[in-house]
Amino acid sequence: MSVSIQESLEGGEPVEEGHYNLRLYVAGQTPKSILALANLKSICEQHLAGRYRIEVIDLLEYPQLAAGDQILAVPTLVRRLPEPLKRIIGNLSDKERVLVGLDLRPGAAK
Amino acid sequence: MTATPLPRLPKSPTGIKGLDDVTLGGLPAGRPTLICGGPGCGKTLLATSFLVNGAAMFDEPGVFMSFEESSADLIQNVASLGYDLAALMAAKKLAMDFVRVERSEIEESGEYDLEGLFVRLGHAIQSIGAKRVVLDTLEVLFAGLGDTAILRSELRRLFAWLKQQNVSAIITAERGSGALTRFGLEEYVSDCVLLLDNRVDEQITTRRLRIVKYRGSAHGTNEYPFLIDTRGISVLPITSAGLAHGASGAVVSSGIPGLNQMLGAGGFYLGTSILVSGTAGTGKTSLASHFVESVCARGERCLYFAFEESPAQIVRNMRSIGLDLQPRVDAGLLRFEAARPSLFGLEMHLARMYREIEEFAPTAVVLDPISALRGDSGDVHSMLLRVIDLLKSRGITGFLTNLLAAEGRMDHADAGVSSLMDTWISLVQLESNGERNRGLYVLKSRGMNHSNQIREYQLTSQGVHLVDAYLGSGGVLTGSARITQEALDEATARRRQLDADRRRREVERKRAALERQINDMRTTLEAEEQEARQAAEHDAELERRFQAERSAMAVQRGSKLA
Repeated sequence: MSVSIQESLEGGEPVEEGHYNLRLYVAGQTPKSILALANLKSICEQHLAGRYRIEVIDLLEYPQLAAGDQILAVPTLVRRLPEPLKRIIGNLSDKERVLVGLDLRPGAAK
Repeated sequence: MTATPLPRLPKSPTGIKGLDDVTLGGLPAGRPTLICGGPGCGKTLLATSFLVNGAAMFDEPGVFMSFEESSADLIQNVASLGYDLAALMAAKKLAMDFVRVERSEIEESGEYDLEGLFVRLGHAIQSIGAKRVVLDTLEVLFAGLGDTAILRSELRRLFAWLKQQNVSAIITAERGSGALTRFGLEEYVSDCVLLLDNRVDEQITTRRLRIVKYRGSAHGTNEYPFLIDTRGISVLPITSAGLAHGASGAVVSSGIPGLNQMLGAGGFYLGTSILVSGTAGTGKTSLASHFVESVCARGERCLYFAFEESPAQIVRNMRSIGLDLQPRVDAGLLRFEAARPSLFGLEMHLARMYREIEEFAPTAVVLDPISALRGDSGDVHSMLLRVIDLLKSRGITGFLTNLLAAEGRMDHADAGVSSLMDTWISLVQLESNGERNRGLYVLKSRGMNHSNQIREYQLTSQGVHLVDAYLGSGGVLTGSARITQEALDEATARRRQLDADRRRREVERKRAALERQINDMRTTLEAEEQEARQAAEHDAELERRFQAERSAMAVQRGSKLA
């Protein structure tokens, strides 16, 4: 209850193998954050249909959460599960980069 | 011309000794200050001191946002300076936030901004009502994030935002080659820029601080040495404003009665500088110890900077001339500060002296010997100049000793500092007749008459003792020559005395002889006179008898005739 303002719950229970637990940190409803969420949803639908969960955290409302996940830039997408923790910053408009960041496209160099 | 003073730039005192002096009150309040310098310059420590002092001394809570060290590391690191960050955090005087930026963990995709950082900082500021902020070191962001264009515009926004928050902020940055900072942060922080430097010269490092700019405020422009040790940071303001120190007419004893007599005023003037120079073994330290003892005997404090001997050694050695300094040390009147000259650079020595003098507030300071201070003669001179300035500005009497390398030759230090000295006492070895004797003379003593004699002195078990000078036909003599000459003089005097006696007796004798002669003559005369008288009486008798006979005859004839 402490975290989400918009929760998109799609897919099954978090214990499932290959389940993606994603958090998107934003600071207010800026064009950047709206675009980032839209980009994220579309990527997830395309590649992770049914095995992902997105939490959106607005730091303007919960500033104390920023330190915990080492948030510096916004928007930041944090892949909490599966391990290891991954961070992708930006409005997620570079889809290739997001896929590399989420380990969905192996081998691509940065 | 307006009579009312213009409003001054509000300042946020750092509480760091000396830094508030050279910045004329502290860092600009409510504005960011940039501190740049190479690695190991003390940027983080300076920034931490600013926060800790702010929280402890000025009731201004602070936020420490670290990009390099974790909070735990930082707490441990500054504990060596006596800073207890954990306690301050518990008291809500300090908030710490460690921002970890790891390039390998971050993927960039599209546009972003650093609002997250703003949120974190804003949250920390609000949580304790912070007035001070430290960002150490922002430049890590340049390594962690790829898009420098975004970063630069965000930093510009950050500094503007900090001003809006009305916090006094310190931003630290690495020194770049050819520029103040590696990533040109000085472009954004233009209110106040401090440059720290850690220079190695002849294997000795000296930390220095310079105020590169300070918008809206006057400030000292020199490079100021500063010191980091267990008591935190102290910055040393190098130059006193001018030659404005007062002059006291009060006199302090040199601790040696004979020496006091040589000085017209009966001692040194209070607050002046005294130089004692001499070759090895002339008793410079002994002279200094006498002075120390006389200061302590009056119940005043004395600070002794020893550069060649340890305090225990000095105390022991001075016992051999009958001075026990240990009770003075125990009573807190005398403090020794011993350090090898090579331990730090000149500036560090100066900074250390400055701090000790500030802390101990002595009325007299001894530097023994200044010749031990290594370095370029110009540097040594400028350092001594500042030491003397420092002492004079506080009315402290300074007693400096100087070891001369060779007899009769003035050392560079000697020639250099002599003009700074008010009294200069020279100790010389007088070598003759196969022995060395110690001679002392007052080369100069400003503002008083002084003896022009070279006086012999002895280091006895009762202290330094000035012997009455031998000044005779044989010139000035010392040691056994003096004793011989004194004996010789005595013999001459005796001979002269005997001669005089003899002459006097001769005259007596002559007078007696003459008087005897006179007596004889007088007796003869008297005898002759008597004889003459008797003869005259006899003649008169004869005449009378003749007359009588003639009368008788006449009577006889007259009767016939008649």
